Amino acid sequence: MIVSTQKPLEEIVAALEGGSRVFIIGCAKCATVCKAGGEEEVFRMQDALTAAGKEVTGTIVIDETCHMLRTARDLRSRREQVEEADFLLVLSCGAGVQSVAEAGEKKVVAGTDSRFLGNIRRFGRFEQRCSLCGDCRLSDSGGVCPVTVCAKGLSNGPCGGMEEGNCEVDRNSRCAWVTIYERLERQGRVERLEVITPARDFAHKRHPNSLTLEK
Amino acid sequence: MPSRLARKLAACEFVITAEVAPPRGCDPSGFLRAAACVAPWVDVVNVTDNQGANMRMTPLVAAGMLLREGIEPVMQLTCRDRNRLALQSDLLGAATMGIRNILALTGDGIGCGDHRQGRAVFDLDSVLLLQAIGAMNQGMDMNGAPLAGASDFFAGTAAAPEAEPFAATRPKLVKKAAAGARFFQTQAVFDPRRLAAFCDTVRPLGVQVIAGILVMKSAKMAEFINRNIPGLKVPHEVIERLKGAADPSAEGVRIAVETALQCSAICNGIHIMAMGRDEVVPQIVAAVR
Repeated sequence: MIVSTQKPLEEIVAALEGGSRVFIIGCAKCATVCKAGGEEEVFRMQDALTAAGKEVTGTIVIDETCHMLRTARDLRSRREQVEEADFLLVLSCGAGVQSVAEAGEKKVVAGTDSRFLGNIRRFGRFEQRCSLCGDCRLSDSGGVCPVTVCAKGLSNGPCGGMEEGNCEVDRNSRCAWVTIYERLERQGRVERLEVITPARDFAHKRHPNSLTLEK
Repeated sequence: MPSRLARKLAACEFVITAEVAPPRGCDPSGFLRAAACVAPWVDVVNVTDNQGANMRMTPLVAAGMLLREGIEPVMQLTCRDRNRLALQSDLLGAATMGIRNILALTGDGIGCGDHRQGRAVFDLDSVLLLQAIGAMNQGMDMNGAPLAGASDFFAGTAAAPEAEPFAATRPKLVKKAAAGARFFQTQAVFDPRRLAAFCDTVRPLGVQVIAGILVMKSAKMAEFINRNIPGLKVPHEVIERLKGAADPSAEGVRIAVETALQCSAICNGIHIMAMGRDEVVPQIVAAVR
């Protein structure tokens, strides 16, 4: 899922400068799970903005704001409230904000920061394990992604800053390459680590990216 | 003709290296003074590359200035601040200026330096950088495309003999050797027994070992290093020794001399990290020579 966090209220209010009427849009998928833009957060935002002197013309929680057609359709179903608003405040990831923007000509305000593609450890705890690098090598690295879990994204082993098995960048985190070594050692395939992994192919990472499935 | 460093290591002569940091600003006088202070005592002078992710003059220019002064440099080159184009293009510049020794490094994380909001690159790592240098020595870029002329670099890289768990670092050492590393300049060594074990591991790989010798001024400085400098870990006993000394600064030099002497019996050279106290370099060199 896409992990996002809500921006501070002052920042949101500052972005709404020049308008008093706001329509709030949440997302029922990722933003709900990470409590950045679910039903509860949308209601709370409505209260906070009202307290800040804004008029909330309406709210909606769209099933998946990243779904462009559905977002446009759901906004059409609330056309009056949307039209009345000076701003559409979107509490979803950046993909959702852009679905909303593309659905009309209203000014949009992003109410969250999209952080990372996250695994869910438990309720309220998310961990970044995949960077969507487009060049997956997990089969060779014991199922631990060095591109993501290594703070430097190194392809060929630990850097010189590894200490007591921990990461130079975050002393409280295990070095990804030590984890990879230990896993491969248990599987009896550490010799795999003596083969040089070639430079990553960032051609896969050019953006804006798109994909069309062939029938 | 090979570099002095390459010649001496090839002849199994003991080498002594030191390091200076390029100027933080466009006035090179302090940098040149520091280099001139250590150069007569050592074989080659390393020029660091935005060490600790703190912004300074590019080592390409700083190393070039040393050449002009008749000092043979080891140009350190990290993957933190340059992508594969920039790394190779700096290498072409270095080769053209006559810089022969390169220390290929990953680079400290950008979060420990003075531009923490910056974006770290790490397009390549030290192994891949060594491979790129090897290709350039063959007259090719890293994709195998021909270049006008071949370089004649003598490339080395870093190693951490006292890193734990050491076994987890070994595969990368094997790869560094395979990628063309001819020498390791190690992180600071405090326990010569660990260095000996390290040498036993890397000797079959055909890479020579230059042991890092850190000169400390006080227990406070050692603690600062432990907190702030990645890869440098001053052991508790050493800190206690500095704390108990009447003159910690002199004690720091004594520790460096003792360690250097012990290391000199084990490996191919020492690399003195004087941490700005360039005036102590002669004393350490005199003890080892």
